[in-house]
Amino acid sequence: MSALRIERISGRAIPVRGHDIDTDRILPARFLVSVSFEGIEAHLFEDERADARGTHPVDQPQYAGARILVANRNFGCGSSREHAPQAIQRWGIQAVVGESFSEIFFGNSVAIGMPCVTVPAEAAAAIQAAVEAAPETEVVVDLVAGTVTCGTLTAPATLPTAARDAFTSGHWDATGLLLDDVAQVEATAARLPYVSGW
Amino acid sequence: MAQTLLRKVWDAHTVRVLPTGQTQVFIGLHLVHEVTTPQAFDALRQRGWPVRFPARTFATVDHIVPTTDVARPFADLMAEQMLAALERNCRDFGVPLYDLGHEHQGIVHVIGPELGLTQPGMTIACGDSHTSTHGAFGAVAFGIGTSQVRDVLASQCLAMDPLKVRRIRVEGQLAPGVYAKDVILAIIQRLGVKGGVGHAYEYAGSTIDAMSMDERMTICNMSIEGGARVGYVNPDVTTFRYIEGRPFAPAGADFARARAWWQSMASDANAVYDDEVVFDAPSLEPVVTWGLNPAQSVFVSGRIPTVADVPDGERAATTEAHEFMGFEPGARIEGARIDVAFVGSCTNSRLSDLREAAAIVRGQRVARHVRALVVPGSHRVSRAAEAEGLDEVFREAGFEWRGAGCSMCLGMNPDKLSGREMCASSSNRNFKGRMGSPTGRTLLMSPAMVAAAAIAGEVVDVRKVARDARAEVTR
Repeated sequence: MSALRIERISGRAIPVRGHDIDTDRILPARFLVSVSFEGIEAHLFEDERADARGTHPVDQPQYAGARILVANRNFGCGSSREHAPQAIQRWGIQAVVGESFSEIFFGNSVAIGMPCVTVPAEAAAAIQAAVEAAPETEVVVDLVAGTVTCGTLTAPATLPTAARDAFTSGHWDATGLLLDDVAQVEATAARLPYVSGW
Repeated sequence: MAQTLLRKVWDAHTVRVLPTGQTQVFIGLHLVHEVTTPQAFDALRQRGWPVRFPARTFATVDHIVPTTDVARPFADLMAEQMLAALERNCRDFGVPLYDLGHEHQGIVHVIGPELGLTQPGMTIACGDSHTSTHGAFGAVAFGIGTSQVRDVLASQCLAMDPLKVRRIRVEGQLAPGVYAKDVILAIIQRLGVKGGVGHAYEYAGSTIDAMSMDERMTICNMSIEGGARVGYVNPDVTTFRYIEGRPFAPAGADFARARAWWQSMASDANAVYDDEVVFDAPSLEPVVTWGLNPAQSVFVSGRIPTVADVPDGERAATTEAHEFMGFEPGARIEGARIDVAFVGSCTNSRLSDLREAAAIVRGQRVARHVRALVVPGSHRVSRAAEAEGLDEVFREAGFEWRGAGCSMCLGMNPDKLSGREMCASSSNRNFKGRMGSPTGRTLLMSPAMVAAAAIAGEVVDVRKVARDARAEVTR
């Protein structure tokens, strides 16, 4: 199946500060009790927002309509719930920039077409500060050039080659690729004694 | 060339290299539960695809099930809708379902091993990050999200990037009162919550070799809390003995052939690792978390770190944890008052866990201000414990004895903390809001430590309690 090519995302950004922001914070488990992802974005960072009493970036009018989320270290750690990146994407985010990401969160984001690019720690902090000072600043995530630009600042943005190629070739929705060669799948299964019989 | 188990399993399951450079990996066992799969089945329905290998797919219900009244429909209508969706999906797509009331029902990471579905040399995926548990058998097992669940249902494959392997050797004998849970918490404390990103953890060394399968499962279960999506132990005689005779285990002459293949998948003696770390088991004490991630922990004899005790990058998180938990920096963790005690979760809800907790509880009384519950990991664990009279031991002490499920570990069913309650818990995550109350607080520890805390009403050193219990027996 050919999906959408994703090469460049630009727009305003929303800073979400903090290390090790886990998926229970991004989307508390009680909002997983649903058979669909529809409307899940209403609960994005729900408990954090309640704690912050209106000062959480998600509740700040200057960040409404942002397309890029700027995080810090080990963003999305914890549970494998895809509901977390789904809520972020459905809120309007098209790319996440951060110092590092948990592996499962990263993989889930690839699968839904939301690149998570890694920048040096200082760059993540500088972009957050720049966006806080001037929320209208345009941020550009360029997967082909491997950069994130924010005003006068340009930082190297890294993405594992396979993930980058998946986005730029439009193959990030892997199901089609995985079904391309069913005969080889059957052959692999037949070679495994626990599948074919001892 | 000498190879690791990870590499051998990876190669055996490689279908082909994809145009993106990722590897298409065949998944030998796909475990399914109610929470992360309804959207995946809907995607198949929309595209008119079948489940490609229904015989390699097994479903159960664990996250949302009430552990008291399981009469249908559930009081929580959304939960009822989720279970009904799983029932319909399994029926429509020909996937076996161990539903509520079925003798095989339980937490997905407890039933896979106890039914003999989990075997060495397999690739195992499930829409749950604690799928790493199955690595205890020498399987390569990992959590996936819902889109990847869709991929596995449709193709029995995933697009993956290779992992590095870090060998974690634990050597020597654990002191009495120190358990597998303490070992893994100590590993996470030293290597950090993101130390394992990009790696599989291979647990080895004399301490691991001497462990039962239940203990190895506790270790592998929490690999993900250290950032490692995969954790495994090489299969050995302990593994083979555990599997033999289980419902889905190969039998008769097949078992001998299977055993030889399983053995051949273990890491070679001179395999090369990307990294190696060594831990000294005798120096470990019972571990208790004091903060908001599983690396924020201390020995039970220790003090809660001050901001000055931690590296620069962790200071903000340390302050946040002090404030949220209501702990004085520098104070002892021993004596921290608890409101709730929870023995359960895919980390520590197996028969041996319940036995260890029961040994502490026997003849004692839960402190008056503490609400204490035991939630067995599966129907089978529950029945085995009842056959030994453990349910009576817990009930007489004032614990509630519940039905099988994930329960309070993530508060997706009616078992939740309320308000700022402090919970001594044998589960795996102390994240903010994890146990169902946004302000609830979690202290992770071994089941024996939870039992001791339930009796004392506060965090205590289980080694002292166990000594007292032994002294009493002697008198």
